[in-house]
Amino acid sequence: MHELSIAQNIIEIVRQNVPENELGDVRAVRMKVGTLAGVVAESLRFSFSVLVADSPLKDAYIQIEHIPFVIQCNTCRQSSSNDQGFAVCPTCGGSDTTVLTGTELQVFEIELDDLHTEAL
Amino acid sequence: MSIVTVQRRVLEKNDEIARCNRAFFAERGTFVINLVSSPGSGKTSILERTLEYFSGRINVAVIEGDVQTDLDAQRIARYRVPVVQIVTNGGCHLEAKLVEDAMANLDLHGVKLLVIENVGNLVCPSNYDLGEAMKIVVASTTEGDDKPLKYPGMFRHASVLIINKIDLLPYVSCDINMLKDNALKINPSLKVFRTSCTTKEGIDEWCGWLEQNLSKP
Repeated sequence: MHELSIAQNIIEIVRQNVPENELGDVRAVRMKVGTLAGVVAESLRFSFSVLVADSPLKDAYIQIEHIPFVIQCNTCRQSSSNDQGFAVCPTCGGSDTTVLTGTELQVFEIELDDLHTEAL
Repeated sequence: MSIVTVQRRVLEKNDEIARCNRAFFAERGTFVINLVSSPGSGKTSILERTLEYFSGRINVAVIEGDVQTDLDAQRIARYRVPVVQIVTNGGCHLEAKLVEDAMANLDLHGVKLLVIENVGNLVCPSNYDLGEAMKIVVASTTEGDDKPLKYPGMFRHASVLIINKIDLLPYVSCDINMLKDNALKINPSLKVFRTSCTTKEGIDEWCGWLEQNLSKP
């Protein structure tokens, strides 16, 4: 359900980075979403599509790069990955670990189809 | 085709407001906890027992977040503490801006502890920093012992786990040690308390620990 509010934030970021008169050229909005970001990709795409319908951003869509959850053990220094969000080191059982990736929720690129604009 | 490189965190606006909230609370010397759980775990009951514990000694204020109704605010008002109800009208979580807005109706002067009771939901509130000092997650024995594994985000963001309704353990198939172990797999630094709001078992331990944190600078 909070995907709707997240989609609103994404649209705001797009609007801050693309000039008003080029919003119609926006196609892929590329995101990094970690396994533990707590976001359902399908819901996010759906929420985004509902919000941009009948707006200059109507041809824009979300592309998601999934980022695995990776921890590093501060005791044995081993890195490991799991989909469950376990923060305990599977190698030595140590609980002093650092999360390296897997919590991202960010927009990293916006693709514009501006060929027709340049041709004008 | 052209590409605009952005590198922006989606929730940075919320996090910015949360930072301002945190500074606002620090200036006033108010310790803020964000109480989260699924609906019906006993957040409001724990809050009531906590208010009883601090009654007459420490000034507490409350922000209640619910999708609809001010029933919880009515419940809390009986304890004669300042309370503001945020009705999200369908929103599944509180955001920093809602808390910032609620401050207009809440005088924190002399208030040592502010409890924000979030919307009952084990998913969405975990993503939103409100400016609190810590998130307290409540899991009740009637929900079973697998919730930390099913909703890791919330348990990872929390500093404290309160296992509530321990008086019901004889009647439910919940292995309380398994519940604790599951939570610690997700977040090894979780501080764990066991409470019953009916028998009041464990309430003094939880509140005593909270009180120690209030006096920390």
